[in-house]
Amino acid sequence: MIATTSHRNVPSVELEGLDILWFQVSGTLCNLTCHHCFISCSPTNKTYGYLSLEDVEKQLQLSVEQGVREYYFTGGEPFLNRDLVPMIERTLEYGPVTVLTNGTVLKEAWLERLRLAAEASKFSLEFRVSIDGPTAEINDPIRGAGTFDRAMEGIRKLSAFGFLPIVTMTQTWEDSQSEEILNQFRKILIQVGNLRPRLKILPRLKIGAEAERTSGYETYEKITPIMMEGYDASQLLCSHSRVVTDRGIAVCPILIDSTDAILGDTLNEASRPFELTHGACYTCYQYGAICTNPSSKLSQDS
Amino acid sequence: MKSLRGIEVPSKKNMDTQTFAFFGGIYNNYLALATAIDDAHSRGAEKLFCLGDLGAFGPYPDRVFPLLIENDVQTVQGNYDHSIGNGLNDCQCGYTDPRDNRFAQISYDYTQANTTPTNCEWLKQLPTEIRFEVAGLRFLLCHGSPRKTNEFLWESTTSTHFLNRLADEFQADVILGTHTGLHWSRELSEDRLFVNVGVLGRPANNGQTNVWYALVDVSVLQEKPRVNLKFIPVKYDWKRLVAEMQSEELPVEFQETIRSGWWTTCLEVLPAKERSRGLC
Repeated sequence: MIATTSHRNVPSVELEGLDILWFQVSGTLCNLTCHHCFISCSPTNKTYGYLSLEDVEKQLQLSVEQGVREYYFTGGEPFLNRDLVPMIERTLEYGPVTVLTNGTVLKEAWLERLRLAAEASKFSLEFRVSIDGPTAEINDPIRGAGTFDRAMEGIRKLSAFGFLPIVTMTQTWEDSQSEEILNQFRKILIQVGNLRPRLKILPRLKIGAEAERTSGYETYEKITPIMMEGYDASQLLCSHSRVVTDRGIAVCPILIDSTDAILGDTLNEASRPFELTHGACYTCYQYGAICTNPSSKLSQDS
Repeated sequence: MKSLRGIEVPSKKNMDTQTFAFFGGIYNNYLALATAIDDAHSRGAEKLFCLGDLGAFGPYPDRVFPLLIENDVQTVQGNYDHSIGNGLNDCQCGYTDPRDNRFAQISYDYTQANTTPTNCEWLKQLPTEIRFEVAGLRFLLCHGSPRKTNEFLWESTTSTHFLNRLADEFQADVILGTHTGLHWSRELSEDRLFVNVGVLGRPANNGQTNVWYALVDVSVLQEKPRVNLKFIPVKYDWKRLVAEMQSEELPVEFQETIRSGWWTTCLEVLPAKERSRGLC
């Protein structure tokens, strides 16, 4: 459902149902400092902190009543949280899990435990590994020196433990080059043992470090009420998702640095509508719940 | 968007059990459909249903329609049917991978070009939902999910409490859908049930050439309704289907799936668990 806040002429979106629950498990702490990060995560960014196993357990129990369909773990780099493995093990008893990682800090002992947990669960455990190009020359200037090789080593380990990671890349090239770049990527991934490559292209979000790297959103890149007429609001993540952080429940994982992102202390409080004031909302509007896996993407209404 | 269609279910006063057959995506596979209809009748099914997606993948789209109409198969509109019926440009499957989109477009263009205007009109008027009640049980038939025609409900990415929520919100005791291509079921709270009936259009990505449908018996025991679900494998003349796909110059990748039982296209949307069971 879409409502318009008349005095500001800004559309807002109601939470239709809590399909996806995110856990900002490592806050804004990351071992990398990518130049395009939409929340400027780094080894020293402590804007948001770690979640505890108890935090996750409590929200999992509450999520049953909400009818949550699936769970995503993000950060920062989720694997910096030493409780991540037991968190995933526990969550797989409730539903499907997706972990968004840069793939550079994976330990084989963790992956062995997770392999067993995934086999025992009826639900999928997905790993989404961020790599921004099929070569170090494309990736490393964005994500840091040596990160391409380290991420590919992560892919090798995940593949060796039977996982089928989804490689996500932020598009920094022209659309016409996409098929060629994807083909190049597939060849490279097969070489490290990822025999069934799965690739997902993400659009650039021009906020955080990316706004400083290139340019932020233009003033016209905002959602207006007229744009929402006839638009299927289920395309927007805020219509069916919320994020658990150590500072409260946020509207979406992209906007946690925004002052209006925290909607309340509890899932119930955070079920209120959200005003689409941000440039990133415009990107979500254009591309449709970009943070979601292809298997769960809600396509436009037929 | 939801349309409600009350379906009259024949009551058999002297029988304890009523049997219903549910067919998922046909994908132009009229040979499997004809075999499944005969099979369902032989198993005592008194009412047959199809949960949509008549076109795609296989040859001769128009051969599906008389089978459904002559056998009074009540049919839900799938995303493919909505697209073909309304003359849209693609199937609304929502792929983003260029390869998946290329193959999806080949089968869509073929189906669109070979479906008569009369059959397009028939697709256009199909309901997006069918509801009926048997022995006090509220059945809800949809294509993807009760709330969205093209929502994928995979076994490994759908929590049980989410399905309970759908059953609550849509006030149903038995929900049946298709759309993913893989059959599965889950028991819900309060003796409710979710069923993905599978598809007749292509094998279940398991190396077997047969396809699947769902047979549901409803009986009453000690005044309580009981549902007995069986997934039925359908062996049909897949060699003839492959030969006809060849003569229609449909992609060898599609033929290979029918011949081998393994999916070769539209793999992007498969979750990890389902994908890992396949070959590609």
